[in-house]
This record gives sequence, C-alpha cells and structure tokens, in this order.
Amino acid sequence: MVKSWFNRILPSFARAHKKDDKKSPVPQGLWQSCPNCKEILYGPDLEANLYVCMNCDHHIRIGARHRLTYLFDENKYSEISADTEAKDWLSFKDSKKYKDRLSEAKNKVEEKEALICAHGKLNSMDVVIAVFEFRFMGGSMGSVVGQKFVDAVNKAIELKAPFICFSTSGGARMQESLFSLFQMARTSAVLNKLKEEKIPYISVMTDPIYGGVSASLAMLGDINIAEPKAQVGFAGPRVIEDTVRVKLPEGFQKSEFLLEHGLIDMIVHRSEIKDTLYNLLSKLSSN
Amino acid sequence: MAYTYLEFEKPISDLESKIENLETSTKNENAVSKEISDISNQIEKTTKEIYSRLDIWQKVQVARHPHRPHFSDYIENIFTDFDELHGDRTFGDDRAIIGGLAKFKNMPVVLLGHEKGKNTEDKLNRNFGMAQPEGYRKAERLMKLAENFNLPLITFVDTPGAYPGIESEERGMSEAIAKNLSVLSNLKTRIIVIISGEGGSGGALAIGVGDHICMLEYSIYAVASPEACASIIWRDKSKANEAAKAMKVDAESLIKFGLIDEVISEPLGGAHRDLGGSCNLISDSIEKTLNDLNTQDIDEILKKRYEKIMSYGLV
Repeated sequence: MVKSWFNRILPSFARAHKKDDKKSPVPQGLWQSCPNCKEILYGPDLEANLYVCMNCDHHIRIGARHRLTYLFDENKYSEISADTEAKDWLSFKDSKKYKDRLSEAKNKVEEKEALICAHGKLNSMDVVIAVFEFRFMGGSMGSVVGQKFVDAVNKAIELKAPFICFSTSGGARMQESLFSLFQMARTSAVLNKLKEEKIPYISVMTDPIYGGVSASLAMLGDINIAEPKAQVGFAGPRVIEDTVRVKLPEGFQKSEFLLEHGLIDMIVHRSEIKDTLYNLLSKLSSN
Repeated sequence: MAYTYLEFEKPISDLESKIENLETSTKNENAVSKEISDISNQIEKTTKEIYSRLDIWQKVQVARHPHRPHFSDYIENIFTDFDELHGDRTFGDDRAIIGGLAKFKNMPVVLLGHEKGKNTEDKLNRNFGMAQPEGYRKAERLMKLAENFNLPLITFVDTPGAYPGIESEERGMSEAIAKNLSVLSNLKTRIIVIISGEGGSGGALAIGVGDHICMLEYSIYAVASPEACASIIWRDKSKANEAAKAMKVDAESLIKFGLIDEVISEPLGGAHRDLGGSCNLISDSIEKTLNDLNTQDIDEILKKRYEKIMSYGLV
C-alpha cells in the first residue's frame, strides 16, 4: 500500500514498473480511462477492483491469465495441454498467411492459442477451468482451441472435478474453415461425457461471444452465467442490421437481454464470481 | 421460370438454343434430326469439358444454381409415403426446415432438411432456407422421434446459414443450434447426413452431425458463406471468390482432409441437368450406407460417431 502510494507521487519516468508488464493483458500505464464512461482511473486501484470501473461498474475485458489468477487459490494452477499449437490445415492465405497471423498473435499475446486450460483449487475445491483469450485472434475457435477444450473436459472427468469455462470469442476461426466449424460438434459432444459422469459444467459468458462459440460450448452449461453487460449472440449486430435493415433495440444481446429472454440463469458481478461458482458447485457436487 | 444458365455454361446454352431453333425449322426432317443428334453429341462433349475443370468458385455457383434440385425434390423422388410433421411445440413452424416420416425402399425413416424454396413466393415463405430457432427446435423434436422409434435419420443440408435477425436472437438461436449438436452427437439411432447444396455455418451443422457425412459432388461446406468470410477477413464482400478458394469449400478438397466420408457423384453437368439421375445416385448411396449401418449394433455406432467427432482437427 505504502509502496503504491509512493509510486503514485513519483514522476512517470521514475515509477516502478512490474516485471511482467509486457505480459499484462490490460493496457498498462498508471492511469487508464474506462472504455465505457471515460473516467480516468488509477491503475493499482483498478487492478484491486478486478478491472471493474470504480465509476460506472463497467467490466473491462481482461486476459485469460489474469482471470486464472483471480480464480485459483493463491494463484496456483497446473496448465492442461499448454504446448499444443495451432495448425494451418488449409494453407490459408488472405492478405496475410494464416501462419504469419498465428506467429504475430503468439508474439503479441505471449500465448500459444486462444484457450488456456488449467486445474487447481477454487476455495479449496478441485476444479478445471478453461478461459478464452480474446486478444489471440479474437478468441476464435480453431481445431486446437477445440482440442484443448476436449482435453480440459477429459481432465475434469479424470479428476472428477467440476468444469468451468469462461468464454469470450468472435466465433469459429475462419482460417480453418470446416475444421473450425466441426469444433462446435466436438466441444458439444465432449460435454455430453461430462453429463454422463454427472460432473457439473458452468459456462461463464464474458464480453463478447459470437457465432460458433456462442452456438456450442458457451450455451451448454448446466448453469449459464454472464458478467454484467456482456454482449453475447449468434449473429453480430452489423450482420443483423444489414439483414433486417432496422436499428437494433437498446441493450440488444447484452447479458440483461439474455436474462430477460430466458437464455442464462444469472448475471454475476466479477467481484462475486469466485464465491458464486463455489456456492453453486458445492450444491451440485453434494451427492 | 425461364431456364437460367451460369456464365460458364454459355457454350452449352448456345448449343441448346441451336437445337431449339432446329426443332421449329421447316427444313428436311432427316437433315434436321441428323443435325440435332450431332449437336447433342457436341453438348455432351462441351458439358464434360466444362464440368471436368470447374474451379472452386464455379462449384459454388453450381451449388447455388437456380435450377439445382432442392430437398423437396429429393423427398418426392427418392422416398415414398412422406408425411410432413410440423412445428416445434413451443413457438411455431419454421418452413425453412422440412421434416417428417417417409419410406426409403419400404423402410420407414425420419427426414429432415433445409428447403430454400422454388419461386419467389415459396422462397419468401421458406426464408431462402435460413431457419430460425424454432426450425432447429422442430428438428430436435424429430431427432428425438427418430431415436424413440428406432428409425434411421436422414438429413439434407442446404442453407446459406441460420437467419440473422432480432427475433432469432430473442428466441435463442445459439442455444437452439448448440442443443442440436449435443443431441445429434449421442442420438441413439443411425444418422446419414447429405450436404446437397450449400452447407453454410452453424445453421448447416445443426442438422449435420452423424454417422456418415456425404457431400454431393458440386455442393459446398464451410464455416461461413464465402461472402461472410470475405467480409470478415478481407473486409470486402466482393472477395467471395477468393474466400471460397481459401476455405476450400468443395467436396473434392474436403474429403481429402477426412472431414467428410463420401462424395456422391452428380450426373453430367450437375444435378440440375438430370434430377432423376441425381436421385438414383443419392438413393444408391443411402441404401449402401443404411445396409452397412444396419449390420452394426447401436452402441458400436455411437462409439464410432463419438470417435469420428473427436477426430475432427485432431493434432
């Protein structure tokens, strides 16, 4: 605390920077403006507030690693299939080669794919958690995202531990075309195994989720939760507007819209998600 | 509807109009019939030439050909005793998906498929084959019916994609599709999937998971329509041609990747030039597959289906 106060009064060039600044999934700098209300927020306070705006309660997008540290006790977890890397099945090329896009994403995000899976303890309960990394090609689902998801579910079965997935994704990854599309079937099918074993699956929807991820694993939770104001839908707003040629209603495809239309069970604030998950899972796993 | 030719079918069109002119000509009958027979041979040769070297974008055009047979044609010509079953029991009856009971060579089956519609009115009524959540929920109901009564499920996929509309979202399009994927992946009955025209995105896959996945020779199947992919990746819809090629949407490419199990040949010049011939080829394929699936017990089939699904993109 003292250190952070001290850091605050120093001129910017003299401020202490954390070693892992480069890896941090949120914009760095001591001051940051809220993408929603534009309020200037003090970095360490914002971090302590789990990147929820202190002024308007907007849930700022955070990276997968960051989320894992919030969820696992003492920030301890073991990663599942950490080294599996994407494959360019189709030798896909638009203005750039898919291979080059992958290398760029790997360098920029310092992750190997758009899904990170791990097991560890959540309030002392064994759990397996998968988290999408939106900064890696928009969190899009290609064959390796599908495969890691399957590996994580199989790990949950092996450990007889509940499974949780935090989704955020633009949808299926275009560059793998049918390979990507079929991951919708693959992830949906493996979740049936979890059901057969009576192991609970909680899907947590975080901003934004569209297309192939929304229309498969994200909607198939025994319990579906969303963060406040997360945007979740099948078709993107631009596509819908182009098709129906009317202005979309206020709040369309937001969590509150999903709750009203019966598509999710509840909206949970980021600060309460860990305890909520624990409470729900302890009830579902009581037998 | 006047007969429409694709741009690359123009040489065929030219020859066919020559025949039409001859048929109404007043020339000597023998000379005319000789000439017609010559031109017919020429048509066959030209069609063979054109269709033996179609590029991927041309195949996309054939898959969307204005005269390409639709699911309703296949119901009528491959099956008998069709009883259409309507509605999702919750909201409504989506005409973009047709479902019902029918007989295939005297064997009762459940049929499901997208229908794009024939004329303008029918197309509007069927929303151009773009289903809404209630369509997928009707499909789910009929999948369960097939399971309950131990009837094989045969699906025909032909859709540009699920309908992107406000109401679709309100009624949970994502959930409807996800649910079907989940149901199909362990449905206790034999499932044959035939991609007959356009296999577009999640809206296609939602009735496209099964034990034997076939594509007609000139059908296409991709994660998104070429136009949607072009608009997402190239930020330019007019690059659909390039997108189709990059996504390798054609049956010939996809079978090499092991993503589909069979390519069903089409008659010379595509299914639209010979509906009867096309139906025979599809019928032969269904018969062979059903015979094969009928020799296996259901647990074995489910195990294999699961393994197949898990093998998609396995690295």
